[in-house]
Amino acid sequence: MPLVMAAEQVARTITRIAHEVVERHRTLGDLALVGIRTTGAPIARRLSTELHGIGGVRVPTGALDITLYRDDLMRHQVGPQPILRRTDIDFSIDDRRILLVDDVLYTGRTIRAALDALIDFGRPRTIELIVLVDRGHRELPIKPDYVGRTVPTAVGESVQVRLREVDGRDEVVIHDGPDR
Amino acid sequence: MSERTTILRGGRVVDPASGRDGVADVLIRDGRVVRVGPGLEVESEAAVIDVPGGCVVCPGFVDMHAHLREPGAEHKETVATGAAAAVAGGFTAVACMPDTEPANDEAGVTGLILARAAEAGLARVYPIGAVTRGRAGRQLAAIGELRDAGCVAVSDAGRPVADAILMRRALEYAAMCGMPVIDHCEETALTVDGVAHEGGAAALLGLRGMPAAAEEIHAGRDVALSGLTGAPVHLAHVSARGTLRVVRSGKARGVPVTCEVTPHHLTLTDERLAEYDTNCKMNPPLRGAADVEALVDGLADGTIDCVATDHAPRHVDEKLAEFDRAAFGVVGLETAVSVCLDRLVHAGHVSLSRLVGLLSANPARILGVEGGALTEGAPADITVLAPDLPVTVDARGFRSLARNTPFDGWSLRGGVAATMVGGRTVYVNASVRGADAFGLASGRAAAGGADAAAGGDPRAGAPTRV
Amino acid sequence: MAPTAEPSRRAPDSPLGLDAPVRLRTKDLLSIGDLSPDEILLILDTAEAMKEVGTRSIKKVPALRGHTVVNLFFEPSTRTRTSFEIAEKRLSADTVNVAASGSSVSKGETLADTLRNLEAMSPDMIVLRHASAGAGHLAARLCGACIINAGDGMHEHPTQALVDAFTIRERKGGLAGLRVSIIGDLLHSRVFRSNLRLLRVLGAQVCACGPATLMLPDMERLGVRATTSVDDAVAGADVIMLLRVQLERMRGHFFPSRREYFQRFGMTMARLRRAAPDAVVMHPGPMNRGVEIASEVADGSRSVILEQVANGVAVRMAVLYLLAGSRRGAAPGGPALDGGSGWDRAGE
Repeated sequence: MPLVMAAEQVARTITRIAHEVVERHRTLGDLALVGIRTTGAPIARRLSTELHGIGGVRVPTGALDITLYRDDLMRHQVGPQPILRRTDIDFSIDDRRILLVDDVLYTGRTIRAALDALIDFGRPRTIELIVLVDRGHRELPIKPDYVGRTVPTAVGESVQVRLREVDGRDEVVIHDGPDR
Repeated sequence: MSERTTILRGGRVVDPASGRDGVADVLIRDGRVVRVGPGLEVESEAAVIDVPGGCVVCPGFVDMHAHLREPGAEHKETVATGAAAAVAGGFTAVACMPDTEPANDEAGVTGLILARAAEAGLARVYPIGAVTRGRAGRQLAAIGELRDAGCVAVSDAGRPVADAILMRRALEYAAMCGMPVIDHCEETALTVDGVAHEGGAAALLGLRGMPAAAEEIHAGRDVALSGLTGAPVHLAHVSARGTLRVVRSGKARGVPVTCEVTPHHLTLTDERLAEYDTNCKMNPPLRGAADVEALVDGLADGTIDCVATDHAPRHVDEKLAEFDRAAFGVVGLETAVSVCLDRLVHAGHVSLSRLVGLLSANPARILGVEGGALTEGAPADITVLAPDLPVTVDARGFRSLARNTPFDGWSLRGGVAATMVGGRTVYVNASVRGADAFGLASGRAAAGGADAAAGGDPRAGAPTRV
Repeated sequence: MAPTAEPSRRAPDSPLGLDAPVRLRTKDLLSIGDLSPDEILLILDTAEAMKEVGTRSIKKVPALRGHTVVNLFFEPSTRTRTSFEIAEKRLSADTVNVAASGSSVSKGETLADTLRNLEAMSPDMIVLRHASAGAGHLAARLCGACIINAGDGMHEHPTQALVDAFTIRERKGGLAGLRVSIIGDLLHSRVFRSNLRLLRVLGAQVCACGPATLMLPDMERLGVRATTSVDDAVAGADVIMLLRVQLERMRGHFFPSRREYFQRFGMTMARLRRAAPDAVVMHPGPMNRGVEIASEVADGSRSVILEQVANGVAVRMAVLYLLAGSRRGAAPGGPALDGGSGWDRAGE
């Protein structure tokens, strides 16, 4: 199982993205982070910590579950049904500049669903997309604004981001076969 | 009918009435049994039927409780289809209840049923008349006239005779006419809107209950009235252990009470209701395991006199409904023998000889009709059993017009090989090796075929009523 | 996307194990008995997420877009029908309400024919309320649509029991070991029968109390403590669940008068003081004030009756959503996805 990013690289990449955010946004006051569950949520929290360290501002951070916005509830004849988890966005997103955070960008369908969901919460001024890994193979016209690392992959492979908060260690691996 | 001599050779003959259980030949002439014994001499002109190996020759089975639906509901069953179902199930005679439309409460209806039975020419059909006019429970029906027209008993079929004084008079009057009163025991004040046995299963399923006590109470009254009048009373489809206690104590003090039990009450419990299968809805309802156990014990110890089917054909629309709105009743003529052989005899609860008595000699005696015995001069009504035949119940193949059985799909051990009425073969089971011998003897065997085949030959001569 | 690869997908507070199902195995929800303990917890967990949807300004998600749900009600209902309808609409399903009085039932059509006619129009789900126990079983045999039992005679009302369990869990953190006393017209109550099954599966100690004439037989065998003393039932109870006296289902006399019923079995402030200090009072509604419950109790601080109603929408959303997923076919843990539509590796 080839290692794409080791723990140290994961940490450095998140720090770098935080610096890019600060560069692009003069003020952090109207920013908000929304991580897509599951793995996007802890990345968003880490970014929030980094942004506080750099800019001294607490950026409100939420977690978004996009299960109810998926387009495949009835499409798969086999396989498990995605588990629905809570969406926690305890701030108004109206007129904020939202930083949408996910771990891996692939077909773009998750982001499409997340955009639909966010719009139901209000009317943000802008939405920017942060991903830790972009593995290509887009099926929708979606482009990230911040990319940790671009990893060329085959369709048959899958990319997995593991984080301390969830899996006990930080790493990104790539393996053969469909998502497991 | 030309004089004909037939000999059934080499089978095991089980005839509880004469105490016979062993290999013997049965000599039949002119529709009657001439002699039974081992190694009988065969006259040269006699047709010889070699009884297939493993088969058992029994006196013809008598179902003393069936609903044949004619007149009035011929879409559910007719006398002819009911008689075809009877012989396919090993019954050479069937007594039919008066809950027809109109009710069999006068000679015209009785005559019609008998005429239809003669046309069918299969099983003997014994009409049961109504106790009260229109089975309404208010005035006595013309019981004497019914007797003269050919009825063998009276009953209000499906309804209890609720009024105690009316029941007393009915018992006295019917006894005078030489007939028993057959009563459906149910204290209806306790069963209003009930659709299932009152117990744990119905409680969890939210079905309104019919307590076992409702049957016991009414049976207690009937036994007391029978004791009071000395007139015979027969309790239909006993389902509760309390009822058996009542019958047992009545018999012990000499009351002329008899009773029957159905194959479904002997084998199924209210646990079967879990999926709301309306083919498990009947009155009396399927009871608890303790009741079933008591009924089986009652068979063995003689408290119960006979097994009867309570064959109650229903149209599919009557059953394809909410459980509480679906009709009561299940068919039984074509499954009774297999169910009893498998679940009672092979299971070790009763001997084969005891089962044969419950199905033949005893019901014939209670109804006062000929048959039920293989003795000299008796009508040659014969049921040949294949006790080890593997049988799979398939309702689609029933000769009955109805399919409402709780046993569909059951695999059972034991079935019917052939049925003879008045010395004439009316049913042959083609899946029994060697059973075609019966067809050859009669020259006009009922169409064989596996269990699913068509009914018997309707052109065959009518059996004589006895 | 398969559960094995993502232990992280469990909410940390979820009591579910890793091998827990992530979809329901049943096509229909006719009885609590159709659900395994894990499936019950899956519904309750999913309902927590659904409850959040109800707090949004736009209380609607597209999960059941294109699904047709028929609400087929043969008995009058305000709360349950409204609750289902709101739940369906929040999930973007297309809903059709059929009330018995306005249908061909009043022209003598059988239930079987009504169901077969509805089935011919290919609904995805039928929410059925009917006066006959087992009506849902008949519907499930006749229809390919998923059948949700919204109350069948005196049999069950499974979604109400799930609402009650959800409400108790929210208030008490869990059900294991809780002392739940159910008081009232046990005999005629489908809510009681569903709760009986559900509460025992989740580990609560159930005490059932009512007049002897309204008891079920064999209750001890069902693992329930039965008593006719309301004081005995209330003493130390953590949850007091009152049942409506169903006068419309009663044939004949089960107790002398409403007045006497209230005196012996009605929940009053005085009686409530015998319960645990933090006991909650529940009622599936509609209430007969002054018969099974005093107004001071119904409207008092211990009452969670309106929370039950509020939670009803979230729990029914969870049931609708999960059953829609179960219709797809295979068993949980089967081979993973078709690679075709390819979701992002966002943990889904």
